[in-house]
Amino acid sequence: MATYLDFEKPIAELESRVAELRALTQDDESTGLSEEISKLQGRAAQLLAETYGGLNPWQKTTVARHPDRPHCLDYIDQLIERFTPLAGDRYFAEDAAIMGGIGTFRGRPVVVIGHEKGHDTETRIKHNFGMARPEGYRKAVRLMDMADRFAMPVVTLVDTAGAYPGVGAEERGQAEAIARSTDRCLSLGVPMVAVVIGEGGSGGAIAIASANRILMLEHAVYTVASPEAAASILWRDSTRAIDAATSMKITAQDLYELGVIDEIVAEPVGGAHRDKEGAVRRAGDAIAKALAAFDKMSPDEVRKQRHERFLNIGRSL
Amino acid sequence: MNWINNVVRPKIRSLLTTRREPPDDFWKKCPGCGQMSDRRTLEESQLVFPCCGHHDRMSADQRLKHIFDGASYTRIPVPAVPVDPLKFRDGRRYTDRLKDSKASTGLDDAVLLADGRLGGQAVTVAAQDFRFMGGSLGMAAGEAIITGMLHAVAKGHPFILFAASGGARMQEGILSLMQMPRTTIAVQKLREARLPYIVVLTDPTTGGVTASYAMLGDIQIAEPGALICFAGPRVIQQTIREQLPEGFQRAEYLFAHGMIDMVVHRHKLTETLARIVGILMAGRAKIATAAKSSDPLKHVNGHANGSPVDPKLLGTSARDAETIEVEPVPDEDRFVTQSKKGAGAKPPTKGAPNTP
Repeated sequence: MATYLDFEKPIAELESRVAELRALTQDDESTGLSEEISKLQGRAAQLLAETYGGLNPWQKTTVARHPDRPHCLDYIDQLIERFTPLAGDRYFAEDAAIMGGIGTFRGRPVVVIGHEKGHDTETRIKHNFGMARPEGYRKAVRLMDMADRFAMPVVTLVDTAGAYPGVGAEERGQAEAIARSTDRCLSLGVPMVAVVIGEGGSGGAIAIASANRILMLEHAVYTVASPEAAASILWRDSTRAIDAATSMKITAQDLYELGVIDEIVAEPVGGAHRDKEGAVRRAGDAIAKALAAFDKMSPDEVRKQRHERFLNIGRSL
Repeated sequence: MNWINNVVRPKIRSLLTTRREPPDDFWKKCPGCGQMSDRRTLEESQLVFPCCGHHDRMSADQRLKHIFDGASYTRIPVPAVPVDPLKFRDGRRYTDRLKDSKASTGLDDAVLLADGRLGGQAVTVAAQDFRFMGGSLGMAAGEAIITGMLHAVAKGHPFILFAASGGARMQEGILSLMQMPRTTIAVQKLREARLPYIVVLTDPTTGGVTASYAMLGDIQIAEPGALICFAGPRVIQQTIREQLPEGFQRAEYLFAHGMIDMVVHRHKLTETLARIVGILMAGRAKIATAAKSSDPLKHVNGHANGSPVDPKLLGTSARDAETIEVEPVPDEDRFVTQSKKGAGAKPPTKGAPNTP
């Protein structure tokens, strides 16, 4: 059964009427209803397009967190051939909140790193809801080292509410692990493309998103702190998340205007969760285009482009 | 008479009253043990409470005064940044909050930069001020850190950072988050120039500041009792709903967990920093003079695109006339495999083709 978000109620109603009518026509072949069905379907489609054309920041946050939205492993399955997952930080543990490995992307050997949130209770627990511990970031550093050594571009898929706030994570240096991972992104001599596929949450996101090109899905959000956390910092009241989301400029459209991201990847009508395959394919096309731009660049040039890209942010607002 | 009533009496009264009642902020209660100390004693002891040694928070001004030789330094100007690009309101306008902070602290933003001498050595110092919107990292603070580090590179100075921050500045949204990679780039420039980057973590250093430039120092020092963390204790408690360990996220706790090099009392800080800078800069000077021709500062970036081994070194040893050529030895000569032993086969002769 499809999960409908709060603001999708009118669409859900229309779609369920269509389903009811369909069920009726299966029993009774009379043609009077088929016209009604197509009329309702047309209205539902129109309403869907209209609704998704004008989502507010909070609605986008809920879309970005939609349980049926394609996650990191969906992208890897569809886009990366011969994917070989690699595990462990070699210091303490394997952290499945960040998945990574090697494979080929449209014929090009690549290193892929991404946050995975999981899609049911079991996998969500396995991947810790996409909230990484220091080991996840240290694994990312290890994979980036390898990418540099074997001259493989790095593709990252960003989808996290933030790094995990826990006692163990703090004891083992969560902050340092994030800082080193950001550091490593910025020192890479190979091109790096980051795609914010759902939620780009805070330092937990930037640790694998300090790339040459940053792409963002149309309904993804990218924030300095999750709206809940920001509300709790600003007003000591996490229930004011909607206010925080509205004032912080977190949508792909806002971030493009601010020069923080390079490209918005259009999602299928009604969001990526209504056509996972289509959404992933479009992201794949955008990644291929972004990588191609660095084909003739030397490692120093690639690094320089990345540095200038970040240093220029905010200088011409 | 009039003169006595109007001028002399009030003057006498005011003298008496001020003596009897010191100004409101004359005494300060120690947050550590609750005992009172007077301001003057505190100033003299660099805001370390004499009762239990609690290190009180220091303003950026005070920091600069205490760190440099003879309290003399030159401020480095920080370039202006766009103000309130998000037009942010959180009940009040962000621009109003900025105005208030500027008025109450006399600062432009949360970071001050200065050049001066420390134990006779030229250094560049950045000090964060927690009073300015919680020392939060916004565009201005980020730009200041970058300016300070690049200034140090240009001058060939070691860079010392006094970190104090509640983390990212929410009112600047994503532009605040972008200061994490931006400042990290500046840290890389220090590293490429082989200039010491020393971080002093003071109370409190949290969030995006800890998770970027404040944890990337060559040497990490913390002041006693300082709260240093990524996620604050309140957030963690809300998430895990458990009692937090004793001393959790304090300087001593981080030291015990291998996250910092040392916890240093404020009275020993200047001496420690001067010593560290002296040793590291002496090391640096040695490299620079030893190999001027081969440009030693070129391949510094710890992970500069691949192998840290200089290919030239490998080349020279191979070209040496005295190098012994290693003859290829077949696997059979090197390992006596189990199956061959069992079959009682004679050891294969050197270079014999490997026939099954």
